[in-house]
Order: sequence, then C-alpha cells, then structure tokens
Amino acid sequence: MARISVPAVLGFYDDAHDLLDVTERARVDEKFANLDAYTPYPVHGLEDALGLKRSWVSTAARFALLGGWFLGFLFQSWTSAIDWPVNIGGKPFIAWPAWIPVTFEFGVLMASFTNLLCMFYACGLYPRPKTVVLSKRITNDRMVLVIPVKGDEEERRAVEFLGANHALKIKIIDGFDAQRQRLIFRATPMTGEVTR
Amino acid sequence: MKQFLEKEQLNEKALLSPKIRMEHVTNDVLAPMGRFPSLPWHIAFGIAQTMVLFFLVPVAYQMFIGLGKFGIMNPVGWGVYIVDFVFWVGIGHAGTLISAILFLFRQNWRTAINRSAEAMTIFAVMVAGLFPLVHVGRTWVAYWLVPYPAERSLWVTFRSPLLWDVFAVTTYFTVSLLFWYQGLIPDWATARDRAKNKFFRTVYSILSFGWTGSARDWNHYERAYRQFAFLAAPLVLSVHSIVSFDFAVSLIPGWHTTIFPPYFVAGAIFSGFAMVLTLLVVMRKLYGLEHYITLKHLELMNQVILATSLIVGYSYMSEFYIAWYSNHEYEQFQFLDRPFGVYKYCFWTMITCNVIIPQLFWVKKIRTNIPIMFVISIFVNIGMWFERFNIFIISLHDDFLPASWGVYWPTLWDISVTIGSFGVFFTLFLVFSRVFPTLAMAELKATLPSPSNGSRLHGHHESDDAHSGQEHGETKQASELAEVH
Repeated sequence: MARISVPAVLGFYDDAHDLLDVTERARVDEKFANLDAYTPYPVHGLEDALGLKRSWVSTAARFALLGGWFLGFLFQSWTSAIDWPVNIGGKPFIAWPAWIPVTFEFGVLMASFTNLLCMFYACGLYPRPKTVVLSKRITNDRMVLVIPVKGDEEERRAVEFLGANHALKIKIIDGFDAQRQRLIFRATPMTGEVTR
Repeated sequence: MKQFLEKEQLNEKALLSPKIRMEHVTNDVLAPMGRFPSLPWHIAFGIAQTMVLFFLVPVAYQMFIGLGKFGIMNPVGWGVYIVDFVFWVGIGHAGTLISAILFLFRQNWRTAINRSAEAMTIFAVMVAGLFPLVHVGRTWVAYWLVPYPAERSLWVTFRSPLLWDVFAVTTYFTVSLLFWYQGLIPDWATARDRAKNKFFRTVYSILSFGWTGSARDWNHYERAYRQFAFLAAPLVLSVHSIVSFDFAVSLIPGWHTTIFPPYFVAGAIFSGFAMVLTLLVVMRKLYGLEHYITLKHLELMNQVILATSLIVGYSYMSEFYIAWYSNHEYEQFQFLDRPFGVYKYCFWTMITCNVIIPQLFWVKKIRTNIPIMFVISIFVNIGMWFERFNIFIISLHDDFLPASWGVYWPTLWDISVTIGSFGVFFTLFLVFSRVFPTLAMAELKATLPSPSNGSRLHGHHESDDAHSGQEHGETKQASELAEVH
C-alpha cells in the first residue's frame, strides 16, 4: 500500500490564542485541508478549530464499563450458585446485594484498561526506542500549525498565509501522509526552511 | 472557546506569577532529574532506607515463627497491622481525589500538585497492600485471596466484605496507576526532547510511548483523561467505603454503624491531604518549586483539611449521639469505654489532633505560615492513625461478654513495622521525586497566562479588519506588556 506523501508547511507559534485564530482562518477562510497542529499542552478549542470529530475513546470505555459490570455480576453468580454452591446460613446462593461492590469495581477496572489502551491505539502510541519529532520545542514551548500542500502554488499560498499571520518561524517539510492524515516522520527528513 | 481560555487564566493569576513562561516550567521541573542528588536528599534517603529495615526484619522474623510476636490475641485479632492498612489506604485517597474530583470541578489549582499527590497515592496504597499480605500469616499463599481456577475447584466467597476489600484496593491501585501514567506520557516526551544523551533519550522515548503532541492525539488524550476522571471519582469514594464495610457489616458494637462509609471517606481525604501537605512543603523547598507550589496552593489545601476536619469531628459526635439514642447497652458501653476506659489517652489524642488542632486553620495567618502548617499536618497524621486504632482496638477489646474481655497493646515488633512502613513510603517517594517529572508540566502549562495575549495576530488584524474598541484596548495593553518583558 503506497502512501501518498505530500509536502507540508509548518508555522511556529508560542501562544494558544494565535494558534487558535490562525488555525480557524486557515481552515475556514483559506480552505486548507487536513490541517494538523502540535502543541505542548491540550489547547481547548483546537479540536473545533481543526474540525476534528469527538474522540471515540471514552465511548469505548463506557461500553467496557457496562460489559465489566455484566461479566462481574455473572461470574459471581456462576461461582456461587452453579459451579460450587455453598450454603452459608441458609442465605440465597445469588445474594445479589453482596455482589454490588465487586461488580462495581470490576466494571471500573475493565473500563480503565479499555480507556487507556484505546487511547494508545487511537494515537498510535507504543513504546519505541526512538521517536522522530517535528521540533524538539513542541513538547517545551512551541505550537506548530501543519498545512499539508499539494503543489507549488498551494505551497506558496501557505507560506504567504503563515507569513501574513505572524508565524514566529516557517518551515517546509516533505512527508505528510494525506491518506492517514498523519506526518510520516521517519521516511522523510525536513528539506527546507523559510526564515522571515 | 477563547473566552474559556481567558477565564482560565484569570483564575490562575492569583496562584502563579504571570511572569512564568512555558520554558520556565520545563526547565525547573526537569532540573532535578538531570543533576546528581543533593546532600539533603542523600540524608533523607539514608534515613528512609534505615527505616525500611524496621519493616523487613520483623516481617522476615514473622515468616519463620508466625504471628505470635505481634501482640494480637483473643479477643483482639486485628491489631496494628489492620490499623496500618486502613491508615495507609486512607492516606492514598488524596491523590486521586485531587486528580479526578478536583478535575471535574474545574479546580485549576490542582495542576501544580496532582502529579506528586497521585504518586503519593500509589505508594501509600502499595504500602497499605503489604499489611494484609503479611497479616494473613502464610504470605506465600496470599494469592488465595483472588478467584482463580484452583485445583480443588473452590472459589472465594463473594459474600464476604474482606473479599470486596481485595477487589476495591487492587482496582484502586491499578486505576490510579493507569491514570497517573496517562498524565505522565506528555511529560516523558518533554524529558525525551530535552535529554542530553542517547541513553536517556532512549529511556524517555520508551516511557513516552512516542508521544508527539499532535492535536489529533490531544483530542483522544483529553477525552480519555476526562473519562478516567469520571471513572476514578466514584472509585475514590467507593474504596474507603468498602474498607469500612469490613467493619460496618460485622456485629461488633462501635463497628456496626451506617455512618462508617462517609465517615471513613472524609477521614481518608483529611489524612491524605495532610500527608500531601507534609511532603509538598519539603519537596517544594528541596527542588526549588516555590514558584509553582505557591503559598496559595498550600492555603487551599489547608482549607480542605479544615473542612474535612469538621466532617470528621461531626462524625465523632454523631457516633456518640447515636450510641445514646439507640438505647443499645453494648453500643453505649463502647462509647463510654472510648473516652474513659483503658485506651482513653488514645481517644483524647485523636480528638486533639483531628478536631481541635486543625481549627487553628480558621486563622489566615496560621493557614499561610509554612512551619506551623507543617507541624499541624504531622499532628493530623498522628491523629488519624489513632482514629483507626480507636475504632478497631477499642471495639474489639471489650465486646459482649465480660469474661472474654482483654487488653491489647502493640508489641515492639508492631511499632517497628509501623515505623518501617513509613520508611518504605518515604523511600518510594524520594525515588519518585528524583527520577520522575514531579509536576504535571503539560497541565501546568495549560493554566499559564499566554505570553503575548494574542497581540501579534490582533495587531495584524487592525490593518485589514474592523475591530471593536474593546479589543483595540486589549491589544494596546498586551503590546505594552510585551515591551516590559
């Protein structure tokens, strides 16, 4: 499966307000597609500015919660009433009020694992000895707007747009995977830099 | 969405200096990870390691000779081990409360303290977990506590509160650990991108799971984080409730009360915050984090301690009132026995440390005085240990038949194990404070005021867009600020 790799223009910012404004403009006014942004912390509203859908991770966790409750209750019933019923003071085998604590805890446990693992899956996270990053300052104090471009014309337009919107620095890289809407960091190193 | 950001920053201004920038956070938090530990750290670590021996030696000895050395007898079958267990589980409540419940209530001041409080939670629950394991006597078969397909096809009894406890504590530990680790991922990425050599870059890269900070990832991350908070909030409240069921579901006078779950939870938050305070007061000094864990943070924690102290005090009074009102002879005797019986000093220590001393926090001068709040937080810890002692020991020692009454005192071995458990806890915390990012950097950065207040873009707007007068005013102010810096 061949990846469609396109160049991308990066605009560096140091302020969440700036990034939000410029992202909104790039997507809505300038009609750039498949935008991405890289930030050191979760910027509220950025998912709206980028036009991202709500994450499905928490929905999966909620289903796991219900499933955990169901399975937890079922397991307690099975061990106590079917597999080896023990008569304790004539109490019912399925003494359901006594099972609420374990049922609750088991559901929460399942939901938590699902939550974290789904988050890892959705973000493509796994332990790797080497991580290639766009800029080492992203995890420190810089925010980057990534505009994938299709041709020279669009590339020039993106550079101009970021320049007009006071990006601290503008860079052009090869290797935005337009199909998966992700940057292919490993395949292609950065090629050019436009310094204002 | 912009309004939200501005509002968030306004709240924070009282807590953090507006001069703090994102790179300051990165530098200051990562600094202790990159340098050789200081002399005070070595001294503290040496003391903590010595204290660990106080735990290991008696426990090893007990493995050979059995539980007899530990003072437990008839009728007091649950001694200091269970007191320590419940005490430490209680300590472990502040972290997840801070990270989950305060998150849901949008208390932004939590960002400076949640990482270390969660670490403290995890270590406290680990220490707590040691006690049931050694208390079962034959520790090497402690896995019988969990339901597994055994060769005799027996199952555990799900009707027993002790089993609920196994599930509650292990779930709480696991969920706290996962929640904590999720928060750590972006911070490991920061450490990775700042690492000075290949070894640390590789280690941090593995720990960070290849985090890059993409908005698409943050979208999932934030959703998962919020979901964790929603899961962990009822979990925090459930854990000590279930621990209290160990007692409340029995028929012992002084235990068999419906007030136990909320009473235990309030006590847990009370003691947990006190322990967080004890640790943070030292940590912020040792690592130069005074700009991030400010006096305002400490004051807010003191207010939580004061509030929970009142709840705990109310619970004590309520227990006495219900004992009188119930007209239940054994219950009434129990509550006369506590303040006036053999263990009266334990009872009055508890009242003094938990109800009377924290009232000093009504005074703002005391609430903002670091040495005094440190001393008070230690008193609270002592008081909470005695609260557990009161509930468990006094209820057991004089129960129904005077013929079976007895007096229990912890032996030196019990006291040694208790001291040792603090050693295990402090050792873990000291290691954490050296090798982990001690503040949640990504979350802290989100609450900082913005460096330029959007002046660049708004300045640009002036030329080609018509803007409201108010925004022009803002722009001017922001550019003036930018000049100052």
